[in-house]
Amino acid sequence: MSEALLEVSHLVTEFDTDEGVVRAIDDVSFAALAGETLGIVGESGCGKSVTALSIMRLLPQPMGKITDGEVLFKGRDLTQLPLTEMQKIRGADISMVFQEPMTALNPVHTIGRQITEVLLLHRNYTAQEAIQEAVKILDRVGIPSPDIRMGEYPHQLSGGMRQRVVIAIALACNPSLLIADEPTTALDVTIQAQILELIKELQSDLGMSVILITHDLGVIAETCDHVVVMYAGKVVEKGSVYDLFDNPAHPYTRGLLASIPRLDTIPKAKLSVIDGMVPGLLDLPQGCRFENRCPHSQPSCTHASPLIEQVSTSHEVSCFRWQDL
Amino acid sequence: MSESLLKVRDLKMHFPVKEGIFLRASKFNKAVDGVSLDIAPGETLGLVGESGCGKSTLGRCITRLYQPTAGSIEFRDQDITHLGSNALKPQRQHIQMIFQDPMESLNSRHTVGDIIQEPLIVQNIGDRASRAKRVLELLNIVGLPARSVTRYPFEFSGGQRQRIGIARALALNPKLVICDEPVSALDVSIQSQILNLLIELQQEFNLSYLFIAHDLAVVKHISDRIAIMYLGKIVESGRSEEIYRNAQHPYTQSLIAAIPVPDPHRKVQRQIISGDVPSPIAPPSGCTFHPRCPSAMSRCSQDIPHLDSPMTDKSHLVSCHLMD
Repeated sequence: MSEALLEVSHLVTEFDTDEGVVRAIDDVSFAALAGETLGIVGESGCGKSVTALSIMRLLPQPMGKITDGEVLFKGRDLTQLPLTEMQKIRGADISMVFQEPMTALNPVHTIGRQITEVLLLHRNYTAQEAIQEAVKILDRVGIPSPDIRMGEYPHQLSGGMRQRVVIAIALACNPSLLIADEPTTALDVTIQAQILELIKELQSDLGMSVILITHDLGVIAETCDHVVVMYAGKVVEKGSVYDLFDNPAHPYTRGLLASIPRLDTIPKAKLSVIDGMVPGLLDLPQGCRFENRCPHSQPSCTHASPLIEQVSTSHEVSCFRWQDL
Repeated sequence: MSESLLKVRDLKMHFPVKEGIFLRASKFNKAVDGVSLDIAPGETLGLVGESGCGKSTLGRCITRLYQPTAGSIEFRDQDITHLGSNALKPQRQHIQMIFQDPMESLNSRHTVGDIIQEPLIVQNIGDRASRAKRVLELLNIVGLPARSVTRYPFEFSGGQRQRIGIARALALNPKLVICDEPVSALDVSIQSQILNLLIELQQEFNLSYLFIAHDLAVVKHISDRIAIMYLGKIVESGRSEEIYRNAQHPYTQSLIAAIPVPDPHRKVQRQIISGDVPSPIAPPSGCTFHPRCPSAMSRCSQDIPHLDSPMTDKSHLVSCHLMD
């Protein structure tokens, strides 16, 4: 097994809101191994994006702060680094790709300027070298006639091309970790397939680790080695992609897998559903957070939060009843 | 096939693109360019395609939110293509719409009760008391508590808001409901709840659906027949099982191949079509799919293919030169 490049342990992130302090993620631990793809899956509001922003220390200020836990990246705790050190890591050693390429790019700057910005900031390139390098990178992510595109603005490109530009910016400095937050959600299926293929290809060429955040279990199955399932700010299950799809242990993971229509399900047959909805972060239940929607809940589930238990060496679950199911 | 509820023939919707200082319309965005389709009572027709292929525009033409440029729309044996708003009103009662984003399609300053009874007021149906009764009935049908009547849309989650939108669409007992991406903004666990609800309602009220979506797995689940659109034209249509088992058009094949399968054991190399959807303002010559098509031949860039039934299943239509 390869070693961990990034180790998140017992991370807690809180937000100050008008209604009080909201704990967006609570005691989240996982590791991203070198050269692998880790998937984080969950529904909206489960804390998957906040996890990514916490790792990058890009939480909205002054409301959001990490209140506990650590994020070890190459042996250094990112939560304790001075801001100037963190700035050297962002965009160079860890980069990020966002969901909506139109908002991630600056509409009033040319593509060329936005890519060379990273290179000039993190590498000792002259302007000329940076331009040459930027053209190379654009070519690498599959943008046709990159030297012409350099002078164009984001609005002149299609959605898929814009996402390629965002990926080019993220990869400009050869990061060892790429965090992709719903990189294909805004794209059509055919374009999604192109972008996922591109990320996979670049990953094996450059040997970087990828953290892929998505709500789409199909995307997870096709691209990830390990998966973390989050629900209402907590990790409910984690394991290898095979553990999770072949042998899901948590009722939430099982429910999610059962509720997606597949090409081979009987048409118009009733899909299995997870009743109810995700609890609000302001009034979280005392015990297990999934208790009110869980078909297997029992009275003890309402009293205490379940701890993480080992299902196998690679597979962990946070449920009182996983062994009975 | 049984008698059609909706018959669309050679429908075109060309939007003028105004350019220059005199804003003259020298070019046209051919969003819908010659579409024919039929929907039978109680049937679901799934309409699939990438963004910009004209599927939403087609839906809006059928509800006459847009005035089509050419072609005809026949609904319940009446040609409604050119009806004025007074003559259209009784027919509109039977065509309703569910939108993608339930936050944008519900007026945030109206209570849920006002939102659901608005169609009844517009159509002048019933008095205050009977409308209130109907609202409660509708809330019950879509699975919302009666106390929702006095609440506002922001107090509800995405899935519940979509239920409010569905209740409003059902208020007038429509025959046809145009569902424009009704589940694509929802989370997976909520998506299945809404799909189940739509299927139940269809069986209970014998509704016909035009189900517009880009997720083929979802469309296949709910549809009896499927039509695949590319750049304003239908390139393939047929019974949904037939389309999935026996897709003939290279575009349909690549759409099916692009769906990520939730099974990690199936890590197959798949064929990925390159490029983006071209602009409908200046579509490619011949078959509009030819620049992206893996099996394009020289005649594909010259001759426009037509929908034909080359298969043993005569309801399966394909528009591709490979079929000749």
